[in-house]
Amino acid sequence: MSVRVRSELQRVTLTVNGAAHELEVEPRWLLSDVLRHQLGLTGTHVGCEHGVCGCCTVLADGRPARSCLMFALQAEGLEIQTVEGLASADGTLHPLQEAFRRHHGLQCGFCTPGFLIAALPFYRTAEGMSDQELREALAGQLCRCTGYAGILQAVRAASRIEGERSQA
Amino acid sequence: MKPAPFAYHRPGSREEVDQLLAQLGSEAKILAGGQSLIPILNMRLAAFGHLVDLNHLAGEPAEPAVAGDELVVGPLVRQAAALESALVAERAPVVSQALRHVAHPAIRSRGTVVGSVLHGDPAAELPAAVALLAGSVRARSRRGTRPIPAARLWTGALENTLAEDEWVDELRLPVRQPDDGFAFEEFARRSGDYAICGVAARVRAADGELKAAVAYLGMGGLGQVHALQPMAAEEIDGPGLRSALTEAVAELDPGDDLHASARYRRWLALELGLSCVRRAAERALK
Repeated sequence: MSVRVRSELQRVTLTVNGAAHELEVEPRWLLSDVLRHQLGLTGTHVGCEHGVCGCCTVLADGRPARSCLMFALQAEGLEIQTVEGLASADGTLHPLQEAFRRHHGLQCGFCTPGFLIAALPFYRTAEGMSDQELREALAGQLCRCTGYAGILQAVRAASRIEGERSQA
Repeated sequence: MKPAPFAYHRPGSREEVDQLLAQLGSEAKILAGGQSLIPILNMRLAAFGHLVDLNHLAGEPAEPAVAGDELVVGPLVRQAAALESALVAERAPVVSQALRHVAHPAIRSRGTVVGSVLHGDPAAELPAAVALLAGSVRARSRRGTRPIPAARLWTGALENTLAEDEWVDELRLPVRQPDDGFAFEEFARRSGDYAICGVAARVRAADGELKAAVAYLGMGGLGQVHALQPMAAEEIDGPGLRSALTEAVAELDPGDDLHASARYRRWLALELGLSCVRRAAERALK
């Protein structure tokens, strides 16, 4: 049987970085594209579009997920967090972002949003993780610039930076 | 790339799914975790007129449960939930061991256990674990339900034996017996990649003998379990195990590809098999 072409818009309601949105989307639109093109949140990067590179990783209800492997319609009712939700409104970097800057956790920056989001759920416990554990936790993210050493140091340092700030 | 257009359906109950599949037939595809399906759609290796999204089914369990002497896994149990489940670690340890090798946290958070089993990739971990345990799925349609044992679930790579109007609402795995030991070992290019070669092993200690069975992944086949001749505990460390596993590996038909030659895969299957069975035996004898 032939495949029928459908492209009617359907409504989806989701929360992105704390703000509720009601959008009209085609069923085939990926969450990554809707974040970038409908909402203008271009911090979520699109690399491979088949789940391998990790650049498009967002948090969906607090869990990391590939936004290129979800249709926007599937985000119905979910709380999505993207890299734009990390820094404060006044531009102060999130401790993880500050740590990446201090420890050379990035060069070109293309993979960085994915790394930051992937590390967000566990960075507070990263100091106690072995190299092996930390590498496994981040193995779903690819970086072609840094060789990863700076990234591991940065993720370990983030909770210290958070501590310094709370004492200041 | 982007997927071809499709119509999207969001059923709220298992019965509605039955209804949709009866109506739409071969044009419909079930969408659960989507972590294997959506890459295929994005790359346009396949296109379907209709996707039936299970994610909004009411009352579906988020975690595996034990019923009698079986572990029951519903269609929306995520790989992450199964990996974090103490029940799975205790009752079906080889599933926990296999899940550690399945992709990455951001994939396991969406990907389902049942979906990976049905997808039937010969290099994937969960089909091998399910075959080793002689698990089964419950296929359902408007016509009723029927069990399909792992041995008859796959006809080849990415091919399962479900009819066009059927889907799966349950995976059942026999729970471990007290004298069972399990192990899972895998070699992949990167952590979380599909296996170049992997082995799942069960050793059952009974009547002073050890009965071992192994299932391979990345070696071409899907669903085969190799039962080794019962052996004495001391043979596990001697040449007896090596010759038994050499026979098992001879039955496999791995392919050559960019990542590894068939010869190298056979060597891996033998060496990983040896350490895997030995580790399972240690656990069975504890």
